[in-house]
Amino acid sequence: MDKKYSAYICTGCGIGDAVEIEAMTGIVTGEMRMECKSHQALCSTAGRTMIEKDINDDGVNTVVIIACSPRVMKDEFDFGADKITVRVNLREQVAWSNGADADKEYVQEQASDYVRMGCTQAKKTDLPEPYKLDKELNKRILVMGGGIAGLTAAQEAAKAGNEVTLVEKEGKLGGKALGWRKQFPTKAPWSELEEPSISGLVRAVEENSKITVKTATEVARIAGCPGHFKVSFKDAGTKNEWDAPAKVGVDEQDKIAKGEMENPNNGLQAYTDADPNAEVFGAVVLATGWKPADVSEYEHLGYGNFKNVVTNAEFEKLASAGKISRPSDGKLVESVAFIQSPGGEEHDRDFPYCNSVTSMVSLKQAKYVREDNSDAKAYILYQHMRTPGNMEMFYKWAQNDDGIFMTKATVTKVNEEGDGSLSVEMKNTLLNEDLSIQVDMVVLAAGMVPTTANNPTINLSYRQGPAFLDLDMFDGYADSHFICFPYETRRTGVYACGGVRKATTMEETIDDATGAALKAIQCIESADRGVAVHPRSGDSTYPEFFFQRCTQCKRCTEECPFGALDDDEKGTPLPNPTRCRRCGTCMGACPERIIGFKNYNIDMIGSMVKAIEVPDDDEDKLRFLALVCENDAYPALDMAAMRRHGINNLVRFIPVRCLGSVNVVWIKDALSSGMDGVILLGCKYGDDYQCHFVKGSELADKRMANIGETLGSLGLEPERVAMRQVAINEFNKVPEIIQEFVDEITALGPNPFKGF
Amino acid sequence: MTDERSAPGSGGVLVVGGGISGLTAALEAAEVGNDVFLIEKNPYLGGRVAQLNQYFPKLCPPSCGLEINYQRIKNNRKVRVYPMTEVKSVDGSAGNYQVTVETKPRGVNNNCTACNACVEVCPEERANAFNFNMDKTKAIYKPHDHAFPMKYAIDMSACSKCGKCKEACKYDAIDLEMEANTFTLDVKSIVWSTGWNPYDPAKMDNLNFASSDAIITNMMMERLAAPGGPTGGKILRPGDNKEPESFAFVQCAGSRDENHLEYCSYICCMATLKQITYIRAQYPEAKVTVFYIDLRTPGKYEKFREKLMSDPNVFFVKGKVADIIPSDDGGVTVIAENAVTGEKVQEKVDLAILATGMQPAANQGMGLTIDSNGFVVTDEDKAMIAAGCAKKAADVVTTTQNSTAAAMKAIQASRR
Repeated sequence: MDKKYSAYICTGCGIGDAVEIEAMTGIVTGEMRMECKSHQALCSTAGRTMIEKDINDDGVNTVVIIACSPRVMKDEFDFGADKITVRVNLREQVAWSNGADADKEYVQEQASDYVRMGCTQAKKTDLPEPYKLDKELNKRILVMGGGIAGLTAAQEAAKAGNEVTLVEKEGKLGGKALGWRKQFPTKAPWSELEEPSISGLVRAVEENSKITVKTATEVARIAGCPGHFKVSFKDAGTKNEWDAPAKVGVDEQDKIAKGEMENPNNGLQAYTDADPNAEVFGAVVLATGWKPADVSEYEHLGYGNFKNVVTNAEFEKLASAGKISRPSDGKLVESVAFIQSPGGEEHDRDFPYCNSVTSMVSLKQAKYVREDNSDAKAYILYQHMRTPGNMEMFYKWAQNDDGIFMTKATVTKVNEEGDGSLSVEMKNTLLNEDLSIQVDMVVLAAGMVPTTANNPTINLSYRQGPAFLDLDMFDGYADSHFICFPYETRRTGVYACGGVRKATTMEETIDDATGAALKAIQCIESADRGVAVHPRSGDSTYPEFFFQRCTQCKRCTEECPFGALDDDEKGTPLPNPTRCRRCGTCMGACPERIIGFKNYNIDMIGSMVKAIEVPDDDEDKLRFLALVCENDAYPALDMAAMRRHGINNLVRFIPVRCLGSVNVVWIKDALSSGMDGVILLGCKYGDDYQCHFVKGSELADKRMANIGETLGSLGLEPERVAMRQVAINEFNKVPEIIQEFVDEITALGPNPFKGF
Repeated sequence: MTDERSAPGSGGVLVVGGGISGLTAALEAAEVGNDVFLIEKNPYLGGRVAQLNQYFPKLCPPSCGLEINYQRIKNNRKVRVYPMTEVKSVDGSAGNYQVTVETKPRGVNNNCTACNACVEVCPEERANAFNFNMDKTKAIYKPHDHAFPMKYAIDMSACSKCGKCKEACKYDAIDLEMEANTFTLDVKSIVWSTGWNPYDPAKMDNLNFASSDAIITNMMMERLAAPGGPTGGKILRPGDNKEPESFAFVQCAGSRDENHLEYCSYICCMATLKQITYIRAQYPEAKVTVFYIDLRTPGKYEKFREKLMSDPNVFFVKGKVADIIPSDDGGVTVIAENAVTGEKVQEKVDLAILATGMQPAANQGMGLTIDSNGFVVTDEDKAMIAAGCAKKAADVVTTTQNSTAAAMKAIQASRR
C-alpha cells in the first residue's frame, strides 16, 4: 500500500508534564518526516475525531499513536482493518516510569527514542493479508477412536452441522464401555449406578447421516495441514507403505547418508509424498483412549502368580458375564478385597495412570459383589479415597452399605491359601491395628495407560515425526498447555480428548470430547478465514520466506514448536501456514534472516534498534536494549508503571511476539551501534514452562548462550547479553531485575565499540 | 472487544459470568464465528482466578492465561463485554431468548484512562472486597493491578459525592449521578458460568472463624501471598502483622459434610499443598500441620503431593478438626483426633487456614434447572448450558474443558 503517515502525540495522563512535546513534534516532522499533531486526550472523542478527520480528508492510512500502552485503548485507536496503527508507549514507559526527581534530559532522550522507534516501525510495517490455502479447504472432521470419547466427538460435531468420519480399529464401535456391567452415576443425586448408555450412543452415531463409520480400520498416516489433512487409511493390524515415517533428524540424516545407520523408513513412502488414495479432512480429533496397565511388577500383590488376583478391568469382564465367580474354581465369591495403592510401606500413591477413576471403579465393583450375593463382603483398602466433586455422594452411598468395608490401609502382602483363597496383610488401618483378612478374590485398581504413551498413535507424516511432543513431560498424555488452554497440543488442528488426555470418568469424557469437537470446527473456520488459532487467534499475518537465500540449514524446520515446516529433499522448508501459530520462532532461528511477517520482521525490529540514539562520548548515558515478551513481561512492566515503581531510563524496551522470535542479528545491531547491553525478558521454561509457544523462551536462552561465545571472541564481555525469566505478576520485582542488569554492565564500563 | 456503548445486537450467545469459565466459553464460541455477549457482575473480568496468586501444580500466575484471554477479546469484534451487569429476567425459548440485563452505575464512564488522579483526591475509604477486606481502597478505585477493562469504579455505598474526583479528572470520566442501565439482549442460547463463592466460614461454629484474626480462609491466603495483595505478597497474620512461625491447614472446612456442603470441593487439597509452597518460600523454617480426611491429589497432582510431603517440617494428620480455640498470644489451638492412631491432637499455631469449599453462586429462577446442591444442570433442549464451577466443583483445567464443551452446545443451538 502507498502509505500516508501521520503521528499524534497525547499530552494527557502526565505525558505533557514529563516531556517537552514541541521537541518531540520536531523529531517527528524533522528526522522522521511525518505530519504530527498533539492533543490533550487523544483517546477522547475529540482526539479521535481529529485523527479520523485526517484519515477521511487527507487520506492518512498509517497512524502513529504516541500515547499509552498498546495493551489499553485498543478500541479507541482502532481505525479499521485497512489502516495501520502503530502504538508508542510514552505513558507507561516514560511518564509513569520516571519519578518526579528524574533528570529531565534523560527522560526527554528516552521519549525521543521511543518516538523514533515508533515512526520507524510505521515505515517498516505492512498491512497483513490473510493466508489463503492453495488447496481446497475441507470442513470434514476425522475422529480417531470409536469409544465414548470418539462417539461423542463425532456426534457433537455432526450436531453442529459438520460431516464426520469416525475410524475404529476394532470390528465394532463402543470401545471399553461395551464390557461394562454398570456405569457411574452421571446426575444428581449421584448415588445409584446406571445402566450402560453405550449401545444407545453407538446406535445414534451409526444412524447419523452426517457420520461415516469405518471399523476394523486404522490411520496409516496423516499428512497435510488444517483445512487439508490427507489421511491414508488401512486395515487394522496391517502394515502399509503409507504408514507414518519415523522421525529422522539432521544427525540421523547425516548418518544414513554416510551409511552408518539404516534408514528406519525403508519400505515406506517418503513423508512428503502424496498418497493418491488419501481422504481429505479439515481437522482431527484424537480419541484413541487407553489400555489397561500391566501390574505384574508388584510381586507382593500376587498378580500373575495367584489366579484369584485380578485387575479391575478383568473383574469388570467377570462381573459382566454373570454372577461373579472365582477364576480358580468357579466358586461364587463371598468376599473380595479391592486394593487401591500398590506401594506397601514404601509410598502411598495409587497405581500409575489412575487419576481418581479407579477409586470409583472399586466402589462400583464392590456394589457388584453385593448385588450378586447379599451375604458377600467387599473390602476397599485405600491410602486416599479419591472421589472428587459430586462423586463424594457416590462414595457416601457405598459407605451406607453395611457389606462394604472401607479403610485406609498399607497393604503389605497378598498370600494364597491351599484352596485358592487369599489372605491380605495390612498395616496402619483405621482400626488402629495391623490386620489380615481372608478373601476369595483380590482386585487391583490398575490404571489406564494412554495409547499415546507407547505409540505415536496420531501417525503424522511430518518432518518432526509422527507423534505428539512433550509426551515424557506429560507422562505419555497428549497435552501441552495444561491448565489454561488444555486443548492446544503442539500439532495444530489435532485435538485430543478422553483417555489420551487423562484417566477420566464417562461424564468428564463427554465434556472433553464435546470441547475437542468444537476446537476442530474452530480450527477449520480459522483456516478458512486465513487467521491463526490460539494463542494469536485472529492474527492474519503469517511467516513469509525469501527462498532464494535459503541455505537449507534446517534450523527453522527443527525448531518450530508446532512442526509447521516440512522440507524437500534438499532441506528447503515447505511452510504449512495453517499449522503455524505465528510465534516467529522460525524468524528467530534463521541465520540468513529470510523469514518475516508483514508487520513483524527482521528489518523492522532491526531498524527500530538502529533508531535509538546512542551517545558515544558520555559514560553516564549508557544505552540498553530490552526485548520483552509481549504476553507476560511487557504487561508486568505496564503494571510496574501503574504502581509508579520507577524503571531505569537508560533502557529501551521493544515488545516481541515471543522470545523465540528474537533473531541474534538484533543483538548484534544493538551492540554494533554502541549500545552497552541487551536484556531479554521472557517466560519461565522447563517442566513448568509458562511460554505460550512452549519452547520460545527456552530456545532464546540457548541462543543467548551461543551468542555469548561469539561476543567473547570479539572481545566483548558475554555478560552484556542476558536473558531473565519474568512472570506477569512480578511487577514489583521487574524494576529490580532491570536495575541489577544495568548495574552489572555499568560496572563493566561502556561498550568498547562505541563510536566506531 | 469491550464496548459498553454498543447497541445490543441480535442473535448469538449470552454468557453469564466472566471468570475463567465464562471467558473460555465466550471466546471459544466467538472464535468459531458466533456473536457473544459476556456479562459480569464485578467491574472487572477474571472472577475467582483473578484473585489467585498462583495455579497448582505449575505455580504459575493466573494473570498469564487471563492476559491472553483479554488479548483475544480485544482482537475479536464478535465479543461484547458488559461489566457490572447481571441478568434480571429471561423470556422466550431456545433459539429466541430475550434477556433483560441491568448494568449497575460504575460512576466512571469509558473516558477513564486509569491515570489515578481521582484516587489521590478522594477523601472516602472502603473495605477492599477483592482482598477479602484485609485492606482498604478509596471510594473511587482501580479494581486491581491486572483489571480488565482497565477502568476505575466508584463504590457508591462509600462515596460521599463530594465531587473532588470529578474536579480532578481531566477526561470527564466521572458521573456521580450515573444510573443503572437496563437493556435487552436477543440470543439463541445462554451459558451460565456464574462460578462459586468460598463457603461462609462463619457457618461452622466449631471453627470459630470470627473469634480470631489468626483464622483465615484459603482464599484470604491467596491474597496475602499475591504481589498485589494487602501486604504486597508478604504472608503476615492479619491484625498484628506478625510473621507466623507455625501454620495449620484445616481441610474440608465445609466440604464433605452433610451439615454444610455434601460434595467434595475438588480443589482444596491441592490448594493447601500449593499454599505450603508460598509459606516455604518466605519462611524456610516454619512448621506446617495439615489436618485432612483424604488427600485428593489424583493423577498428575500426585508428584506435587509427594514433593510437599517430603518436607520434614510439614506434618499430615488424618483427622477432621473438631475445634479451633483462640489463645491470648494471638495464635490458636487446633484440636483433632488422629484417625489412624486414635490420639487426640492439639496443635498450637500462629495462623490457621481454613480450606473452605466451593459453593455455587446463587442461581435461581431464569428457567434454570438446579440440583439439590445448587449447581446448574444443562438443559440442551432449552439451550440453557452450565459451565465451569456453576456446573460442578472442579479445578481450572476441568473448568476450561467443560466451558469449551459449553461453547459447542451454544453453537449447536445457534445452528439448529
